[in-house]
Amino acid sequence: MMARMLPWFAPRIALLPMALVALLGYLGAAGWTLWISLTGSRTFPSGGFIGLAQYRRLFDNERWLLSLHNLALYGVLFVLACVLLGFLLAVFIDQDVRGEGALRTIFLYPYAMSFVATGLVWQWLLTPGDGIDGAIRALGFPHFHLDWIVSQDMAIVAVVLATVWQASGLVMALVLAGLRGIDGEIWKAARLDGIPAWRVYLQIVVPMLWPTFATVLLLLATAVAKLYDAVVAMTQGGPGIASEVPAKFIMDHLFLRSNVGLASAGAVLLLLPVLALLAPYAYARSRGARREAA
Amino acid sequence: MNRSGLARRLPLAAAAAPAARSGARRRWNPARIGIYAFLLCAALFFLLPLYVMIVTSLKPMDEIRQGGIFALPHALTLEPWRQAWSGVCTGAACAGIRTGFYNSVAIAVPSTLLTILLGAVNGYALSFWRPRGANVLFGILLAGAFVPVQVMIYPLVRVLALAGIFGSLPAIVLVHIVFGMPVMTLLFRNYYRGVPQELFHAARIDGGGFWRIFVFVMLPMSLPIMVVAAIMQLTGVWNDYILGLVFAGRDNLPMTVQLNNVINTTTGTRLYNVNMAATILTALLPLALYFVSGRWFVRGIAAGAVKG
Repeated sequence: MMARMLPWFAPRIALLPMALVALLGYLGAAGWTLWISLTGSRTFPSGGFIGLAQYRRLFDNERWLLSLHNLALYGVLFVLACVLLGFLLAVFIDQDVRGEGALRTIFLYPYAMSFVATGLVWQWLLTPGDGIDGAIRALGFPHFHLDWIVSQDMAIVAVVLATVWQASGLVMALVLAGLRGIDGEIWKAARLDGIPAWRVYLQIVVPMLWPTFATVLLLLATAVAKLYDAVVAMTQGGPGIASEVPAKFIMDHLFLRSNVGLASAGAVLLLLPVLALLAPYAYARSRGARREAA
Repeated sequence: MNRSGLARRLPLAAAAAPAARSGARRRWNPARIGIYAFLLCAALFFLLPLYVMIVTSLKPMDEIRQGGIFALPHALTLEPWRQAWSGVCTGAACAGIRTGFYNSVAIAVPSTLLTILLGAVNGYALSFWRPRGANVLFGILLAGAFVPVQVMIYPLVRVLALAGIFGSLPAIVLVHIVFGMPVMTLLFRNYYRGVPQELFHAARIDGGGFWRIFVFVMLPMSLPIMVVAAIMQLTGVWNDYILGLVFAGRDNLPMTVQLNNVINTTTGTRLYNVNMAATILTALLPLALYFVSGRWFVRGIAAGAVKG
C-alpha cells in the first residue's frame, strides 16, 4: 500500500515550492494588488473600499498621463528599431561574411550588461559639452548640438537609443538562429528562378520566420512594460518629469510618495497590455502544439 | 582587454554553417562592399560605448574636460579605478563600490544555486511525473515571468515585513528565487523533455523512487543545462536593480544600486573617470561570463526565449 502511494506523494512535495510561488507569489500577490487598487490606501493598505476612484484619480494625474504617452512613444520606437536593426544585422551576417564569430560577439555583448550600466554609459556619452556633443563640435562642426538627454522632447528618445543598443543583439541572435533553420533548397530554387535575394527575404523568409518574430515581439513588448532601471540610471525621469514612465510612477508612489492605492491602480493597468499580448501568443502556441501532436 | 583575441577563441555555435550556400568564397562586388560597410558601421556603433568607458576610466579629469570623449589618454592613470573600488561615496559611506561587489556576491551565489536546484526539480517532476494540476501551475508561473514586478512587489514587501525578514539577505534571495523560478523551470523542463521516456521507465522498473532517479539518473546528465542555467541566473541576479533596491535593505545593497548612487546622487563636480571605472567594475562579471562562455550564453537566450 505504502509503496503504491509514495510515487504520487513525492512529486507533489517536490512541486510544493513551485505551487507556493505560482499561487502566492504571483497570483496571490497580483490579486492583493488588485484589491489595494480598489481601496483608499495611503501609506499602508487599509480596508476602505472606494470602487474605481483610484483609477479615475490616475487619469486626472498629469504625471501618469505623461508616463503613458512616453511609454507609447518609447514602445513604438524601441520595438521598431530593435526589430529592424536586429533583422538587418542577422541577414547581413548570414551572407557568408568573414569574421562572423567576432561580429556576433560584438553585437550581443551589450545584452550581458545591466540596464543600469547601459543607462550610465549612455548618460556620459550624451552629456552635453563633455560628451559626444562637444567632441563632434571640436572636430570642426561648430553648430553641432546633441542635447537629447536634457531636452524635454528628446530625453525619452535618448533612452530608446541606449536600450536599442543593449537589446538589438538579442533580436539578431534569435533571427539568425531562425535563418539557419531554414531549408537551403529555397535559395537554390530562388536562384534558378532568378528571384533577387531581397525579394526572397521579404516574401518567403520573413513569413517563414513568423514564430521567431512572435517570440521577439513578446520579449520586446514585455521589456517595454518593465522599463524602469534604464530611465532611473539615465535621466531619473527628467528633465523635470519629461521622461517619466509608468513603472517608475508606480515605484515612486509606492515607496516615496506613500500613495499605495494609486500606485496599485497603475500596476493593474500595466498588467493589462501584458495579458493582452500573452493571451493570443499562448493560444497560437497551444494550437500549434496540438496540430503537431495530431 | 584584447577583444578580437577573445572573440577568436570563442567556440561560437554554427560558425561554419553558411558556407554550404555559396559554394566558393564570393568575389568582391559593390553589394559585398555594401554588406561589409554596414556591418563595420554597426560594429563601431556597438563598440563605441565600451571604448569610451575604458578610455574615460584611464584619464585624469582635466584631460577629460579639454581632450574630448574619444581621445586616447595622454597621462595614463589607474587612480580612478582605485577610487572607484575603495574610495568613492555610495550613499552614506565612502568605502567604494567594493562593498556592493561583496553584497552582490553574497546575494548572487545562494540565489543562483537555490533557484537552479528548484528549477531542476520542477522540470524533472513536470517532464516525467506530471502530477495532476502541475501544468496549470507551470502556466501561471510562465505567465508571471512576463508581468512587470511592480504588480507583485508591494504585497511581497508586506508579507516579508510580516515575516520579519524584510530588508535582509534572506529576503532578497527569496525574492530572486520567486522571480527566477519561471525561466529556470522552463529551461530544465525543455531539457528533460529531450530525455527518452524509456530511460525513466527503466529506472522506475528497477525500483527507483522520485528522488533516487533525480539524483542518480537525471542530475548526472544535466551538466550542460546546469551551465546554461547558471550563466543566465547569475547574469540576471547580478544585473538586477529594482529587487535589490527594494528588498535587500541598507546593509546588503547590490553593486548596481550602489553604482547608481555613486553616479546619480552625489553632489558636486562629476568625476566621469571614476564613474566609468565603477561602471566597468559593475559590468565586469556578466561581461566576463559572456566573453568566456559565448556559446552557452547564446544557448541560454535561445532556450529561455519561451519555447512553451
